[in-house]
Amino acid sequence: MPETKVSFPHLGSYCVPIEYLFTRGVGVDYVTPPPITRRTLEIGSRYSPDTVCAPFKYNLGNYIETIEAGANTLVQTGGVCRLGYYGELHEQILRDLGYKVRFVNMARASYSNPASFYSEFLSINPDLSLKRVAAVLTLVLKMVEHIDAFESYMRNNVGFECEEGSFDRLHQDFLASLSAVESHKELSAISKLYMRRLKELPINRPKNPLRVGIIGEYYTIMEPFSNHFMEKSLARMGIAVDRWINISNTLLHNPSKKVITHIKDYAKYDMGATAMFSIDKALEFAKKHYDGIIHVKSFGCTPEIDAMTVLQNISNDYKIPILYFSFDSQTSETGIQTRLEAFYDMIVMRKEDRK
Amino acid sequence: MKIGIPRALLYYRYHTLWETFFEELGVETVISPPTNKGILDSGSIYAIDESCLPMKIFLGHVEWLIGRCDMILLPRIASLGRQGSACMRYQAAYDVARNAFRGRQIKLLDYNVDLRKNGGQIETFLSLGRAVGKKRAQSLHAYLAARQADKAVGTAELLHQQDLLRGDRCRILVVGHPYNVYDPYVGGPVLDCLRALNTVPIIADIVDRREALERSANISSTLPWAFNRQLVGAIDIYRRYVDGIVLMSTFPCGPDSLVNEIVVRRVRELPVLNLLIDGQEGSAGLETRLESFVDIIHFKREEDITLA
Ligand code: SF4
Ligand code: SF4
Repeated sequence: MPETKVSFPHLGSYCVPIEYLFTRGVGVDYVTPPPITRRTLEIGSRYSPDTVCAPFKYNLGNYIETIEAGANTLVQTGGVCRLGYYGELHEQILRDLGYKVRFVNMARASYSNPASFYSEFLSINPDLSLKRVAAVLTLVLKMVEHIDAFESYMRNNVGFECEEGSFDRLHQDFLASLSAVESHKELSAISKLYMRRLKELPINRPKNPLRVGIIGEYYTIMEPFSNHFMEKSLARMGIAVDRWINISNTLLHNPSKKVITHIKDYAKYDMGATAMFSIDKALEFAKKHYDGIIHVKSFGCTPEIDAMTVLQNISNDYKIPILYFSFDSQTSETGIQTRLEAFYDMIVMRKEDRK
Repeated sequence: MKIGIPRALLYYRYHTLWETFFEELGVETVISPPTNKGILDSGSIYAIDESCLPMKIFLGHVEWLIGRCDMILLPRIASLGRQGSACMRYQAAYDVARNAFRGRQIKLLDYNVDLRKNGGQIETFLSLGRAVGKKRAQSLHAYLAARQADKAVGTAELLHQQDLLRGDRCRILVVGHPYNVYDPYVGGPVLDCLRALNTVPIIADIVDRREALERSANISSTLPWAFNRQLVGAIDIYRRYVDGIVLMSTFPCGPDSLVNEIVVRRVRELPVLNLLIDGQEGSAGLETRLESFVDIIHFKREEDITLA
C-alpha cells in the first residue's frame, strides 16, 4: 500500500494545527490543500449539486486539488446541520469521478460512543498510539486558542497599521513558527513572543474608531476567501472589526447554555448551528453601541436565514444597521464592494450625526 | 378557547394526532384553509426571501390565523432521538414565527419535541394539555386516543397504497416531504398531472415507517435527518414496484440538496426526475417536464419488454 498522505479541507489558518495533529499525532504525512482560488470554487461547484450550501463546494474543490497535489486519504468531520451529511456525498462524488482515495468520514463515528472516533483514526494509521494522539491533541487545541487570540487582536487593529502589510507579515511568521514547536512550553513562549511583537507594531488608531461586528455562519465567517476577504476590506476603510466566532469560542468553550438566557427576549429555543450565536452577538454589539453589524453566510444557509428574522428585530430595537451578505459561487466582487462602500458611508454619517 | 392550527409544514404529518387530541379534550380548533396564492403571498412578505417555500407558506398560514383564534399551535421539532434529527428549519420555526409576527399580539401554543432533552412525544402532549388547562389524566387519555386514530389512518392509507402496487399500470414513486406532496398548491399539480398522464403516483411518505427507517441504510448510512431517512427507506422498499421516481423538493431545501444527489447517484436502475418547485413556475413548464419523463419511462418499459 502506498504511504498514507492525509488531507483535510481549508478553514482559515487552522490548516496549521490540523497539519500538526496529523503529522505529529496520528503519525502520517499531511498534504495541505493548495490555497483556495477561483478554480477551487469552480471545480467544487462543477461537481456539486447546484443548491447545496457553499462550504460543501469549497470542501470538494479542496479535495480535488489536494488529490492532484498527492493526497490519498481525505478526512471529513461531520457535525451539525448539513455538515453531518457532507462526507458521504463528497465520497460518492469523488468515487464517481474515478478518484481512488481513502475517505475517512467522521460522521460514521457517533458522539455517544467516543471509541468509534478512535477506530476512524485507526483506519488512517493502524499503528496509531492513542497516548500520543491525546498528547498532541491537547497541544493542538492550545495552538488553536493562540491563533484565535492573535487574529482577534489583528482584526481589530490592522486597519490602523502604520506600515502597510506589517500585520500580515507577522501573522505569516507566527503561523510558520508554530509548526516547529515541540512542547506546551515552547508553544506558549512562541505565542507570547509573537503576541508581544504584534502589540508593538506601530498603529495609528483614532481614539474613537468606527467599530463593526461580524456575525454569521461558521464556514463563511472563518474562511476569508469565501467571504471575499471582507475583514480586509473593512480594515482598508479604517474600521475596527470584531468577531466572536472562531474555534476556541464555539467548540472549545461552547457557551450555548448561557447564550440561550441572553437572548430569551428574542428566541426561546436553539435555532440550530450558529443561529443562536449570531443573535447573541448581534445583541451584544448593539448594546455596546457598535456602528454596524455585518452578517455573512452562504446562500441558502438554513439556520442563518432563520436567524435573520430575529436580527431584523434587533436592528430595529437598537437602531443598529445590519448589512446582510449571502455568498454563492456566482457572487460578483463589484457588487460586494459597492454595498460595503454604501454601508461605510452610512455608518460614517450616522456617527457624525451622533456627535 | 379556540386553538388555531396552521395547515402547513408538520401539520401534514401530525394532523390526525393534533386534531383528535383537541377533539377528545373538547377544545375547539380552527385550521387554516388549504394553501392558496393569497396565503403564499402574505407569507412571502413575512419570510426572509431566501427561505424555503414551505416556510413562506407556513408563515402565510400563521398570518391567516391571527385574529381568528385565541392561541396558535406552533410546532417545533429539534430531535427525534434515535430516528434522527430534524431539519434546522423545524427547529427554528417557533422563534421565526414569534419574531415575524411580533407586535401582532399573537399567543403561541408550544409544541416542542426534542428527544435529546425531553421525554418522548407523550411529554409533549401532556404539556400541550396543560397549556390548554386540562388535567394530566384527561390529556393522557386524549393522547392515547389520538395515537390510536393516527395509527388507524396510517394503516388504512398503507393498505390502499398496497392495492395500487398490483396490476401493470405505470407507477411512479413520488418522494417528498408531506407538506410538499399533499399541499394542493405545491405537490397537488404534480400528482394531478401524473394521474392525467395515466400513471399511478405512489407516495413515499405512505410506508411502514419503522421498516423504512431501517432500510434507509441500504441506500445511505450516515443520513442525519429522520424524515429524509424515512423517505430514502421508502425508496428502498418501493423500488421493485415502480417504473420511475420523482424527487419533489422545494427551493432552497437544506436536506434535500444533499439527499437527492445521493439518490440520483445510487438508485441507478430507475429513471429519476429531480423536480424543484419554487411556487413561481406556471403549470405549463411542469407539465412538459413530467410528460417527457413519463415518455422516457414508457420507452424504457417497451424496451424491457422487447428484451424479455
Ligand atoms: S450552517 Fe449553513 S452553510 Fe453550514 S451546513 Fe448548515 S446550511 Fe450549510
Ligand atoms: S426540509 Fe427543506 S423544505 Fe422542509 S423545512 Fe427544511 S429546508 Fe424547508
